[in-house]
Amino acid sequence: MRILARVGRATNDFFEYAGGVTLLTTESLGFLVRLRVRVAETMSQCALLGVQSLVIVLLTALFTGMVISLESAQQAVAYGFSSFVGGAVAYGAVRELGPMLTAVVVAGRVGAAIAAEIGSMVVTEQVEALRSMGLEPARFLVVPRLLALLLMLPLLTIFADVVSILGGMWIAREYAHIPYHEFIRSVRQAIDFSDVVKGLLKTFVFAAIIAMVGAYQGLSTRGGAAGVGQSTTFSVVLSIILIFISNFVLSLLLFGGR
Amino acid sequence: MNSNGRSLIARIDGVTLSFGDRIVLKNCNLDVVEGAITCIIGLSGAGKSTILRLLDGLLLPNEGHIYVLGSDLCHLSEEQVNVMRQKIGLSFQFAALLDSLSVGDNVALPLREHTKLSRAEIRQTVFDALDSVGLAHAYDDLPEELSGGMLKRAGFARAIVTRPALVLYDEPTTGLDPIVSKLITETILKLRSKLNGTAVVISHDLPSIFTMADYIAMLFEGAIIAYDTADRIRNSPNPIVQQFLQGSEAGPIQI
Repeated sequence: MRILARVGRATNDFFEYAGGVTLLTTESLGFLVRLRVRVAETMSQCALLGVQSLVIVLLTALFTGMVISLESAQQAVAYGFSSFVGGAVAYGAVRELGPMLTAVVVAGRVGAAIAAEIGSMVVTEQVEALRSMGLEPARFLVVPRLLALLLMLPLLTIFADVVSILGGMWIAREYAHIPYHEFIRSVRQAIDFSDVVKGLLKTFVFAAIIAMVGAYQGLSTRGGAAGVGQSTTFSVVLSIILIFISNFVLSLLLFGGR
Repeated sequence: MNSNGRSLIARIDGVTLSFGDRIVLKNCNLDVVEGAITCIIGLSGAGKSTILRLLDGLLLPNEGHIYVLGSDLCHLSEEQVNVMRQKIGLSFQFAALLDSLSVGDNVALPLREHTKLSRAEIRQTVFDALDSVGLAHAYDDLPEELSGGMLKRAGFARAIVTRPALVLYDEPTTGLDPIVSKLITETILKLRSKLNGTAVVISHDLPSIFTMADYIAMLFEGAIIAYDTADRIRNSPNPIVQQFLQGSEAGPIQI
């Protein structure tokens, strides 16, 4: 009976959480569709959530591209497949690792910040103060962050894709003596524009996950500083898990196993 | 109208509210007379702040009705409650100013969001509101740069900047020294005169309460057990009221 009760509680919690995130997302999208957007705040969030994430995203992308190239280039040269190294790096970067790693890095940095900031506002009654003034927390707090991430995550991913390929290209030449022009030719053969677009399509889903999980977790914060800490941690963990799951589903839908 | 023929601006009617298994209010009734300051007293955790949140539509009761400015908040949509809230000012215990905005921007927020005033008009209105609480000089300061008393007064300015018909003050003098408490009390009285409006004040600060209150309601065990003019409450024969006013450990209130 105790196990049944636990399963029941867990199921109830799951649907309550999923329902809460869905309602908040619907409400926020409603404001977006009706263009009830605070433009200045959105710009400010673009700088805070997007521009300030650039360095860490670029570093992650650079070393990821370099390590893929390092692992693949020497083997490829040894077996006479050096002309495929550029393609391997670009294929992985543009279709999978670029969007996903960028999203994971942003979830760690930005998702945590969203949950912590909104959570702190909840425990210091600032969110209740907004409601008392007749202002909707979703429009005031969630929409600017959601829109900023929808704008900035694709841009960050483009930068990540480029830097990842450049890093791979440099390592391929340094460690496997693959010339730049051969690497670039391989890149152009392996991926086309639709791969880039599909990779970027994923980022809109990832952006929504990061913003909405962070915001919902922040708005659900209870219990002071400890509650803020729990919200922040849970938001990052859940966002990353959802990014991995949705990446698989999206790859299946967009690339269809190709 | 209440039984004494005074016009009411708000009324809590037979409200019961519980959080989980804990019953906070049980068949609670309260009249808020128009143009008067009504103070609610009671033990810590008795549910006084909950009453303010009910009057502002931030909480809805499990049973009963909350009438504010002629409307039953329990029967309004969220959008309608938001419109109603523009006629109610709520000053929080710890001010709850948005820490990312300057004091001036905090006070300007309801005007920017709900009115079509020009930027210059908003600036002047905010300046006037801050001036009325003695904080005109703090327009560009961040909340973190203000003292506790200044924060409370900035919160008052934000609550009254739209000239609401009803202002709710949650523990305005708690945690302040006697001099600042007196200043805050005088500010509430001044704001009442300026707005010619109604206020509900939650407080434990008895000198402050007896300075400003027209009516006092005592909340005990989820219900208003005494409600009358300040003088009559002071002389109330109710042993619970007397024990609370005298701060005595002996009496019907078991701590």
